[in-house]
Amino acid sequence: MERDDLIVNDSYSLDAHHSEEAGVKIRKNVYFVTVLLTAITAVEVAMGIIFKRAETYTWEAIKWTFIILTLVKAGYIILSFMHLGDERKTLKYTVLAPYLLFIVYLIFIAFTEGWGHLESHTLYH
Amino acid sequence: MSGHSNDNVSSKELWGGGISPYSVSYGKMMMWFFLVSDALTFSGLLVAYGFSRTASESPWPIGEQVFRALPGLDGEYPLIYVALMTFILIVSSVTMVLAVEAGHRNDKRGVVRWMLATIIGGAFFLGSQAWEWSHFIHGGGGMFTLAKEVTVTDDHDESHILPKGTAIYMDHHFGALAEPYNDGDKSVVLEEDHGHVKLVQYGEHTHEAELHDLTINKYVVGEAHIHGDDAVKLWDAREKGAMVFGANMSENEYAIQQTYANFFFFITGFHGFHVFSGVVINFIIFVMAYRGVFERRGHYEMVEKVGLYWHFIDLVWVFVFTFYYLI
Repeated sequence: MERDDLIVNDSYSLDAHHSEEAGVKIRKNVYFVTVLLTAITAVEVAMGIIFKRAETYTWEAIKWTFIILTLVKAGYIILSFMHLGDERKTLKYTVLAPYLLFIVYLIFIAFTEGWGHLESHTLYH
Repeated sequence: MSGHSNDNVSSKELWGGGISPYSVSYGKMMMWFFLVSDALTFSGLLVAYGFSRTASESPWPIGEQVFRALPGLDGEYPLIYVALMTFILIVSSVTMVLAVEAGHRNDKRGVVRWMLATIIGGAFFLGSQAWEWSHFIHGGGGMFTLAKEVTVTDDHDESHILPKGTAIYMDHHFGALAEPYNDGDKSVVLEEDHGHVKLVQYGEHTHEAELHDLTINKYVVGEAHIHGDDAVKLWDAREKGAMVFGANMSENEYAIQQTYANFFFFITGFHGFHVFSGVVINFIIFVMAYRGVFERRGHYEMVEKVGLYWHFIDLVWVFVFTFYYLI
């Protein structure tokens, strides 16, 4: 049977190797990203414990801080851990475009409809 | 690094046929496409959660007040257990990256070692999630509703006028005996003595719990504690036979609606199912690596593909953690 991970004249899988020295540098970067993700999570948890929802006037700011920190974490996981940052630009866009297009709109429409739903309930019992 | 992705190949050649336009193998590309579709599924669930929550008329429970238990300990540790679970999953993602990196150096022993660490991390996460579910279902002491309006003063000397139907929450020591008492278990007896209310269960071992601490707004904004005579006043004004403990298919103690509990089980359950399948797949690839299948093949790309799935699971958890527990 034909092996489909060895494309004729081009073996993407076999060529994905690196040397021991390059490996040390790569591992150091992995540890750095790990510490960064742990630190961001610790900050998020501390904020979650200290700030109670709606009892502080700056809840909007805190909520957006959570969302931004989460997006930063997601970015590091996708680009660094999943190595998407090392892939071709076209693959990067193919993977990320659905989020930037669909999800942002989905989130917007979900909250808009949610508010509309709530308002219609409270106005017209 | 990653093979040919940085090569300078002309656009015409890339899309001219015969080679991969993304400069990745077929298997890796399909794994990415699957992850995109699965991520859209989870996004759909989270957006539905956002919609339901925005449209909810009753107050939505606060994460750090619902999830504040640690297994085996008595006090209050808001969000600590969930933070620990998040950390475990991140660490298992890191060990997976290290397994892939070892594969890129054809280091079979490294791959085996790091994959084993990933599997163990995943198993710990699954066990922790199982405990979370069990604790959520069991509840934190249950609640009863008021049969009439009562005015009480809380711990901070603030007065509260509680209308009929307000949920009053019991602590888990008292609640543990209130549940059989509410169900009509004859072995549990209510004893009142100089304004002290006690539930006593007679049997081989005698268990007793005194009514110390009742809570109002336990899971939402404005949580307050009621002690002493006012607590007895609330207990005496309870709606008999209408107590709720934990969460089940028709009612739960966390909110008036079932939506919060429903989404908790669905989203974390769907995610947990992915973790479970991830652990199984990781184990299969671990065995294959150990038996030298990839060594003979000449590359560890299978480890990389499975690693992508595992990182995706971690990624979803990062979002679930933020939107369900934190915000």
